[in-house]
Amino acid sequence: MTDPRALRGSATFPPEVIREIQRAADQGVYEIRGFGTKRKIPSFDDLLMLGASVSRYPLEGYREACDTSVMIGTRFAKKPIELKIPITVAGMSFGALGSHAKRSLGWAATEMGTSTTTGDGGMTDEEREASKTLVYQVLPSRYGMNPDDLRRADAIEVVVGQGAKPGGGGMLLGQKINERVAKMRDLPQGIDQRSASRHPDWTGPDDLEIKIHEIREITGWEKPIYVKVGATRTRFDTALAVKAGADAVVVDGMQGGTAATQDVFIEHVGIPTLPAVRQAVEALQELDMHRKVQLIVSGGIRSGADVAKALAMGADAVSIGSAAMVALGCNKPVYHEDYEALGTAPGFCHHCHTGRCPVGVTTQDPELEKRLPPEKGGRLMRNYLQTMVLELQTLARACGKSHVLNLEPQDMVALTVEAAAMAQVPLAGTDWVPGKNNY
Amino acid sequence: MKTNGYIEFDLDGEELSSVHARLHSVKQGDNERSFRIVNPRGKHAVAAGLNAPMDVRIDGHVGFYCGGMNKEADITINGQAGPGVGENMMSGLIRVCGNASQSAGATGRGGMLVIEGDASSRCGISMKGIDIVVGGSVGHMSCFMGQRGHLVVCGDAGHDLGDSLYEAQIFVRGSVDSLGADCVEKEMRPEHIETLKGLLARSGVNADPKEFRRYGSARKLYNFHIDNADAL
Ligand code: SF4
Repeated sequence: MTDPRALRGSATFPPEVIREIQRAADQGVYEIRGFGTKRKIPSFDDLLMLGASVSRYPLEGYREACDTSVMIGTRFAKKPIELKIPITVAGMSFGALGSHAKRSLGWAATEMGTSTTTGDGGMTDEEREASKTLVYQVLPSRYGMNPDDLRRADAIEVVVGQGAKPGGGGMLLGQKINERVAKMRDLPQGIDQRSASRHPDWTGPDDLEIKIHEIREITGWEKPIYVKVGATRTRFDTALAVKAGADAVVVDGMQGGTAATQDVFIEHVGIPTLPAVRQAVEALQELDMHRKVQLIVSGGIRSGADVAKALAMGADAVSIGSAAMVALGCNKPVYHEDYEALGTAPGFCHHCHTGRCPVGVTTQDPELEKRLPPEKGGRLMRNYLQTMVLELQTLARACGKSHVLNLEPQDMVALTVEAAAMAQVPLAGTDWVPGKNNY
Repeated sequence: MKTNGYIEFDLDGEELSSVHARLHSVKQGDNERSFRIVNPRGKHAVAAGLNAPMDVRIDGHVGFYCGGMNKEADITINGQAGPGVGENMMSGLIRVCGNASQSAGATGRGGMLVIEGDASSRCGISMKGIDIVVGGSVGHMSCFMGQRGHLVVCGDAGHDLGDSLYEAQIFVRGSVDSLGADCVEKEMRPEHIETLKGLLARSGVNADPKEFRRYGSARKLYNFHIDNADAL
């Protein structure tokens, strides 16, 4: 038997790298997968909240109110939307998600007084009915784009990019394009479908301004218009979205998920949510637009703590996508044999692109969808949102805030030098903010 | 203001949004369904989002997105049109009496767009069911990712026609500078001549269908090519 001490692994060629090179040699094409980045990057986990002490006093948990409501779209829209909680559900397409998952999200969001968002592929009647407040995405592909849906939406989100693939277009593999999805997208069934990465009728911020103006004219200036960008050059993108006339800017960090994208894109393009929030807030402050143009942050938000930290950095609300799927059962240790059939296991699955989701979230297969009855999915999602809100309020009260938007950068410190530099809050136990104070 | 059986709006004095409020209030069966817009002076999104059968004539040049997302209305632009004329239109008819800038009829899902002059680049980009008839020539990358519908070009086509094409059909009478990825010339059979004849008749553009060539998707990009070298 080989002496295990004689086996020395390579840091440059660990097993997963060897496997990927050999997979590429076999197949001759890049790996396409779902979910978000898997590498470790600086995140909200690297920040800590400073609870009240002698210098500040906290609020009592049950007696003193801690408001969570936010208004989005107060800049130009005649009908801004009021969210009872600052946690919204991000755009996920019908096609990527099954109809049960879409209905579950809509029902839960409505119960909690927040919004859901359509996705690439258009709006379905089911999600319109399930969601009291529905944001309609205008994407480069314009699949299913319909002025009637623009008019029946509560807000409109012009998607320039997403965190999982800033600069990339959409993908939906043929196995997920059934008859209904194909019809909604005006495409043949069963093809591996690529969506455009640029909008077909505008390029650049000046055109975007005109596009936003057109949408406002079509919808009578009623609805808030968001601009969503994948986090890269966030400071400039935020400023340009404001200049183009957005009511709200959605910044999606690189942890943001996807239903199907090249792995090389997911892991190597974009910046983490943490520095992106700071850059967006600074851009808004420079333009005197902070809190006037709302900032919605997404990409790796999982808990009330993440929400509290994003708000403390200056966001007005957050958006969750992958975490919502996890709440619905994604990667739950059940149906082990179905995970195995996909060549994976619970906790490791990123196989949304296959359409064979073991828990019935990202599938169009009626048998698999039965595993997620919408009533059950709705309750799971509502409970998850409720828990996050309770956590958020707990932290805000501990910092002495009667409204969650009163959280501020001074309520936080960083655990690592990287996070201190990115968030521009001091390293814990010091007054050191890298890049400031003459350091 | 009402003149000669139509209602006239003068964009020199009136706000576009108030003109739209009036046009968007038109319903099926209304008596007053004839409008004229004067002095558009290159304004953007003129007559966008119309949603009922009506006739709108625009006297002058328009900017971006004229007639954007049109449903059911007949719009005549008595001038030149900026980018994205008739973008994502669903039905109805838009006629540009002059030339059109880039991305004309982009993502259009139905109805007909007629450009009597030339169209610039990306004419019919991502079209999803619209029929576009161009009396003159079109620029490069026209019908890029065209999914459904027909693009008829009575003049010439620029480089990379029909790049990454899905199921839209293209007819060109003149020369084609080059075909884009996955776009090929296809046989012009009698049924295609019939289709083209119908399109030309609807558009009011006079041309002999037999002089056109047909282009469509080779469908080679429809599925990712995955080898299986390790199985050898
Ligand atoms: S469990 Fe389903 S939703 Fe989760 S990663 Fe796997 S396929 Fe995607």
